[in-house]
Amino acid sequence: MSAALLGVFPVYPSIRLSAQSLRVPYHSFTLPNGLQVLLHEDHSVPLVTVNIWYHVGSADEKPGRTGFAHLFEHIMFMGSQHVPTGEFDKLLEAAGGDNNGSTTEDRTNYYEDAPSNALPLMLWLDSDRMGFLLPEITADKVDLQRGVVQNERRQSYENRPYGLAEENILQRLYPADHPYHWPVIGSMADLSAATLEDVRGFFRTYYTPNNASLAIAGDITPRAARELVERYFGEVPRGPAVARPAPPPVRLGADVYASLEDRVQVPRVYDVWHTMKAFAAGDATLDVLANVLAGGRSSRLYRRLVYELQIATDVVGFQDSGRLDGKFELWATARPGHDLNELERVIDEEVRKLAQAGPTPREVERAQNTFEAQFLSRLERVGGFGGKADQLNFYNYFVGTPDYFQKDLDRYRKVTAADVQDAVRRYLVDAHRVVLSVVPQGKPELAVKQ
Amino acid sequence: MKASDGTTSSAWLTVVGAWLLSVSPTVLLSGQAVDRTKPPELPPPPALKLPAVQTATLPNGLQLAVVETHKVPVVDVQVVLDAGAAHDPADLPGLATFTTTMLQQGAGRRGALEIADEAAFLGAQLNTSASYDAATVSLHVPRRRLEPALDLLTDVVLRPTFADSEVARQRELRRAQIVQLADNPVAMAGIAFPAIVYGRAHPYGRPLNGTEASTAALSRDRVAEFYRAAYRPNAARLLVVGDVTLVEVRRLLAARLGAWEQGPVPAVPEATPPVPAARTVYLVDKPGAAQSVIRIGHVGVARTTPDYFALQVLNTILGGAFTSRLNQNLRETHGYTYGAFSQFSAGRMAGPFVASASVVTAKTDSSLLEFLKELRRIRDEPVPDAELAKAKAYITLGLPGDFETTAGAASKFRELLVYDLPLDYFDHYVARINAVTAADVQRVARQYIDPDHFDIVVVGDKSQIEAGIKALNEGPIVYRDLWGQEVK
Repeated sequence: MSAALLGVFPVYPSIRLSAQSLRVPYHSFTLPNGLQVLLHEDHSVPLVTVNIWYHVGSADEKPGRTGFAHLFEHIMFMGSQHVPTGEFDKLLEAAGGDNNGSTTEDRTNYYEDAPSNALPLMLWLDSDRMGFLLPEITADKVDLQRGVVQNERRQSYENRPYGLAEENILQRLYPADHPYHWPVIGSMADLSAATLEDVRGFFRTYYTPNNASLAIAGDITPRAARELVERYFGEVPRGPAVARPAPPPVRLGADVYASLEDRVQVPRVYDVWHTMKAFAAGDATLDVLANVLAGGRSSRLYRRLVYELQIATDVVGFQDSGRLDGKFELWATARPGHDLNELERVIDEEVRKLAQAGPTPREVERAQNTFEAQFLSRLERVGGFGGKADQLNFYNYFVGTPDYFQKDLDRYRKVTAADVQDAVRRYLVDAHRVVLSVVPQGKPELAVKQ
Repeated sequence: MKASDGTTSSAWLTVVGAWLLSVSPTVLLSGQAVDRTKPPELPPPPALKLPAVQTATLPNGLQLAVVETHKVPVVDVQVVLDAGAAHDPADLPGLATFTTTMLQQGAGRRGALEIADEAAFLGAQLNTSASYDAATVSLHVPRRRLEPALDLLTDVVLRPTFADSEVARQRELRRAQIVQLADNPVAMAGIAFPAIVYGRAHPYGRPLNGTEASTAALSRDRVAEFYRAAYRPNAARLLVVGDVTLVEVRRLLAARLGAWEQGPVPAVPEATPPVPAARTVYLVDKPGAAQSVIRIGHVGVARTTPDYFALQVLNTILGGAFTSRLNQNLRETHGYTYGAFSQFSAGRMAGPFVASASVVTAKTDSSLLEFLKELRRIRDEPVPDAELAKAKAYITLGLPGDFETTAGAASKFRELLVYDLPLDYFDHYVARINAVTAADVQRVARQYIDPDHFDIVVVGDKSQIEAGIKALNEGPIVYRDLWGQEVK
C-alpha cells in the first residue's frame, strides 16, 4: 500500500508549487539519545502537528501476544508520571487540540494537532509518555484498555460483514512463524492474556528515543521548535539497541483454497498473491495494476463484473506492501443468485488478458494521473494521519529520505505498459494464491471450487 | 529513567553542545531546566484567520461563491442544488439519491464508463450525491486540469441522458445493495432509528437510498421528471475553493453554466414530525451479533435555530469529542465500547438528536443505564466552569483546521449555502460560541434533550439482551425490523 505520500513548497509557502517539483523542505537533527527529529515550516494555517513514529508494530509481537502492539498504543494514552490518567486528552482539548494513534504490522504512530501556541504542551505530553510512562500504568488500566480494544475488535471486525476475511487470508498466506501471519488487532485470547509485565517489557524494548522519529510541522520556527524538543526530549534516556530480524522470504508452493462462513447473505471471493516489500522494484507497478484492474468504475473488472455481466456488486483491488513483504489482493462480492465460480472465472480471464496483451497506454496514463492528483492533495494538510508530518516520518522510515515525495511520484511516472504486463505474469499468473470464499452460514457449497 | 526537573547531567550538555556546534552553529542550546510537574504555560493562541468569500452572479441568476486558496494547485467545485431527498415523493423514497447516481451514467456524448474514464484520466474526483437537504455535484481536481474537468461536470449537471438501459442497470445494483444492508448492524441502525423517530410520513424518516419496493419502482420517467423539476439554476448555487481567482472562475463557469435555463422549482419541503411517544425500547434482532448497536434520541433542531451555538457547546460536553462525558463514561471508565458519541443533526427541518455506541452484547443493559444517566445528568446539573471552558476552546480553536484543505473549506462553506446562512457566518462563529454560558447549556439541555420521550433503538442479539433490557424498567420493549416496521 503506498499509504502515505507528501510534498511541500520550495523554500517559502507563498511560492507556488508545480506538479513537476514537489518538495518538502525540512530541518533534521538527532538528539544524543538517538531521537531523530524532522521540522517542517508551513504558516498557511495557525496550527502545528507533532507526529511520532515508534519503529514497532504487530510484526514484532511474541507468540501468544498477538494484538499487543496495538493494545500498547492504547495504553500510551492512559497517563504518565507527570500526567495523571485522563489528562493527556483533556489538556489537549482544552488547548483546542486533537490527537490519535495507529498501529500497523510495521510501526506505531501518534499525532497531536493543535493551535501553534500549544507546541510546548504537546511536547511536554509526548516526552513524558516516552520517558516516564510506567509509573502511572497499573494492571487496572491495562484491563480497561484491553476491554476497549476487544470492543474495537468486535466493532471493526467481528460485527462487520466479511470483517474476519483478512485474518483468515493472513493465516494462509504466511507460515505460523512469519510476523505477518496474524492481524494487527490480534486474537481475543491473546488480548486477554496480556499482562502488566508485558507492558513494561515492551515499553523498555521499543518505546525508546533511539527507536523513534519525531516530526513537527506547521506554524513553527525551526529554531524555537528545536529548542523545545531539546528541552523536553533531551533527558529521555536512550534504550537498548533494537533488533528486528527479518524473516526469510516466503512463497506459496500451491494454490490454497479456503472458505469462511459469516453472517452474510451473499458470498464474496478474495484472491491474494505474495508480491514484494514497500518501495521494492515493482511495488509502484502493482499499484498501477490494481488501478487498471479494479480502480473505480473505469477499471476492467468493474466493467466486466459489475457493469456488463452484473454478477457482482463491487470489486476492489490493491497492492498492500509493508516493511517485510507485500501482497496483491482482489475481492468481489456476488449479486444475490450469482455464484462465486462465475466471478472467479471472469477475474481469471481479465488477469490472463492483461498478461497476454498488457494494459493500453491510456490505462497506464490514467492511473498515473490519478496518483499524481492524490500526491497533490496530500500536500494540503500538515497534521493528522497522512498529513505532511506523518508523511515525512513515513518516507523517513521506509526509504530513509523524508522528502522522497518527488521520487515517489517518479516511481509511478516511470511505469510502462510492459512493466504492468510483466508484473501480471510474474506475480499473478505464474504464482500461487490464496482463494478465500466468504459464504453465508450453513452454505459451504457456495465456496469457489478448485 | 527518573530524571526530571532539569537534573540534566553536565556530560550530556557537553555532548550536545559539541554536536550542535558541528552541525548547526546558529542554534543555541537552551539552558533552561524542564519543569515536568505541571503543564507548561502557553502564550495566547494565534488569531483565527479564515479565507475570504467573494461572490458573483452569472447572467442566468446562478450565484457563485469563490474562496481563493493558493497553497496547493488543486480546486474544489461544488454545485449545490435544492434537490435533496426531502423532495422524494412519499411513494418513491430514494429517488433524489438515485437521480444523482444517474447523472454520471451517461451525459452529453459520453456513456457511463466514458465519464468514469475521463474523470480518472484528469485525476479528478467527480462525485454526485444527495442528503435530505441538498443534492451536490462536486469536483476535486488539479488546477491544470480544471477546464476539461469543468466540461465533464457541466455535462453531468446539464445534459444527463438517463438511458433506460442505465436506469435498469443502476436499479438492479441498488436492489442488490439493499439486500446486503441486513448483514450490517450499523447500517441497520442507521435506517431503523430515523424511521422510528420520524415515521414514513416525514421525509427524514424515509431511507435515503429507498426500500426494496421503491427501488423496484424506479424508472426513467420518474428520474427525468425529478431532474427536470429540481435541477434549475434558480435552485442551485456554485461554490469554488482553491487555486483560482474570482475573475477566472466566473469566466469559466459563465461559459459553461451561463445558459442553464431557469424554471419553476418545487417548494422547499415542509413537514411536521410526529408527536413524540413515551420512552420506548425498539429492539431490532440480529442473531449472533458480537455487539449491540445503540441509538438513543428524538427529534432535535433545525440548522437555523438561534440555540445552535449553545447546542454545539452542549454536545461537545456530552458526546462530541473524545473527552466528552459519554465516551469517558462508556469507554474510558467502563470499557463497554470502542466509542460513544452524540450529535444534533441540524437540518433544514428539525433533524434528529442521537446518542450512539456499539457495545459488547453482555453489557447492553449496563450501557443503556450509563447512557441514560449521562443524558439526565446534563439536564439536572449545571456544567462546571472548567468543562465549559474546555468545550468552548475545543470548538473555537479547532476551527482553523476545518479550513486547511480545499475539500475541508468547501464542506464548511457548503453548509452556508445549503442552510442559506450568511457568507460571513464563520467570522462571528467564535464570538457566538464564547458567549455561551453554563446556564445556556443547561437551558438547551432541558429544552432539547427529553429522556421521557427517547426512542431507544438497539440492534443486537435479542436472545442475549432482551431480559437485561427488560429488567432496567426504562420503558416497554417493542420489536422492529431494520426498516423500523413492526415485527409481529
